[in-house]
Amino acid sequence: MGIVEAKNLVHEYITRDEEGNVEGIQVALDHLDLSVKPGQFIAVLGHNGSGKSTFAKHINALLTPTEGTLIVDGLDVSDENHVYDIRQRAGMVFQNPDNQIIASVVQEDVGFGPENLGVPTEQIWERVEQSLKSVGMWKYREHSPNKLSGGQKQRVAIAGVMAMEPKCIILDEPTAMLDPDGRKEVLHAVHKLNKEKGVTIILITHYMEEVVDADYVYVMDQGKVVMEGNPRGIFSQVDALQEHRLDVPQITALAHELKNSGLPIPDGILTRQELIEALAKIK
Amino acid sequence: MSFILDKVSHRYSQGTAYEITALDNVNLKINDGEFIGIIGHTGSGKSTLVQHLNGLLKATEGAIYYNGQDIYDKDYDLRDLRTQVGMVFQYPEHQLFEETVFADVCFGPKNQGLPEKDCTLRAFEALRSVGLPEKYYYASPFELSGGQKRRAAIAGVLAMKPAVLILDEPTAGLDPKGRDEILDLIAETHAHYGNTVILVSHSMEDVAKYVDRIIVMNQGSVMLDGAPRDVFHHYKELEEIGLAAPQVTYLMHEMREAGMDVSTEPTTVDEAKDAILRMLGRK
Repeated sequence: MGIVEAKNLVHEYITRDEEGNVEGIQVALDHLDLSVKPGQFIAVLGHNGSGKSTFAKHINALLTPTEGTLIVDGLDVSDENHVYDIRQRAGMVFQNPDNQIIASVVQEDVGFGPENLGVPTEQIWERVEQSLKSVGMWKYREHSPNKLSGGQKQRVAIAGVMAMEPKCIILDEPTAMLDPDGRKEVLHAVHKLNKEKGVTIILITHYMEEVVDADYVYVMDQGKVVMEGNPRGIFSQVDALQEHRLDVPQITALAHELKNSGLPIPDGILTRQELIEALAKIK
Repeated sequence: MSFILDKVSHRYSQGTAYEITALDNVNLKINDGEFIGIIGHTGSGKSTLVQHLNGLLKATEGAIYYNGQDIYDKDYDLRDLRTQVGMVFQYPEHQLFEETVFADVCFGPKNQGLPEKDCTLRAFEALRSVGLPEKYYYASPFELSGGQKRRAAIAGVLAMKPAVLILDEPTAGLDPKGRDEILDLIAETHAHYGNTVILVSHSMEDVAKYVDRIIVMNQGSVMLDGAPRDVFHHYKELEEIGLAAPQVTYLMHEMREAGMDVSTEPTTVDEAKDAILRMLGRK
């Protein structure tokens, strides 16, 4: 049994007029099937409006299915009694760091989650220390969050989720508003949590470079999974990805172009090293 | 020539304990019809710099000349400057406010004092140039998807036909296709009208692909200024200030280190492809 199991998941946004009559129905998730194993690093790709964020919001019960089921760590998100358990087990990090930090001191912000869970005070401080250390922000514990860079704020937000000791973290475009350095910091922190603490990661992103190191990739379009596989398999299909309004990492795009120009280069080149090796063989 | 910045400095909260030097003695010349990219990590002074160009911020020291006129002269009409220098802020769709997309796009030209009929024509032209489907013209801006809202917001600035168009991170949060579409549209309007375009961006790949000149900001000063290939030649210095070169530039340098006789100049996929094909004698 996976930690996140979606079966025939449907979500419809229904708009109503002033009298409450249905004006329009928009299908955001259309019989989505997806399964994430514990400890995996999953990437979810898809264009704006493909249903990625709607799906993400189901995983910690911010939204509930219109039809179908979603089981998170053995709990059905449709069951209201499970809402708080689910939110503890599946933590969420959003795009804008400024919208998720509430306290005026870093360590208090990180302590807010466990405090809400009713964790005894001493343990709260232990958790705060551990989580801030795990994202490399311990030395900023007494700083004011609004003096931090975007990448640092996002790492504080991730530490805040970590302090609740979730089994799974969902990150919805966590790097969209960051500069290249900030992006690197956040990705590094997330990979470290995955490797060292075994936290399941579900990363939603528009940056193809961030997907290269994932264990498994899902591509969504019109509320469905339209492609899935490991990064190499996915990025071998340059044309199919472009049909879904996506692209491939720049090195993969170059390799694809070179192949189209008649060079014997294999599909699905992901790194500079791989491309150099392939080119060295040609001479 | 359109802009001359002469020893421009900007200090926030000048004279207080919180004084921050956001711009430090910047000297720049921006010529008519240039397509310029400004890069720099968060807090490097990029946004502060561009906000001086349409008079939203006033330099605490130094002078700015637009078409030979001192914009800080007491007889200079800043309103006039703002109609000529159009600014698209980050997440411009947050500023949509009218009841219909069309009315929103008309707002700018109307404020410029143009007659109703001209406003209408301008709005049609701008909406067509951003490629927004006609069925959305009279929809509420809030019914559009993220990418469409972004287009509508950019159309609102294009409708004013600014001689200088400044865009602060216009593609943040868009999917790859949406990103390419917005940048292509900016490049097309630039080619068509020959207007000056200044693009503030975190994406080195985008900047390399579109602009003719890159200005690198660091700690409030201009660190590098030149053609993409010249600027990205300094990739090691860029890394030290939290930036990077496009992936293909790294590839070319690594190929050279691996003993291949290839140019290290390319900064885009097309340039890299040509250089590699030339190296292999296929071109």
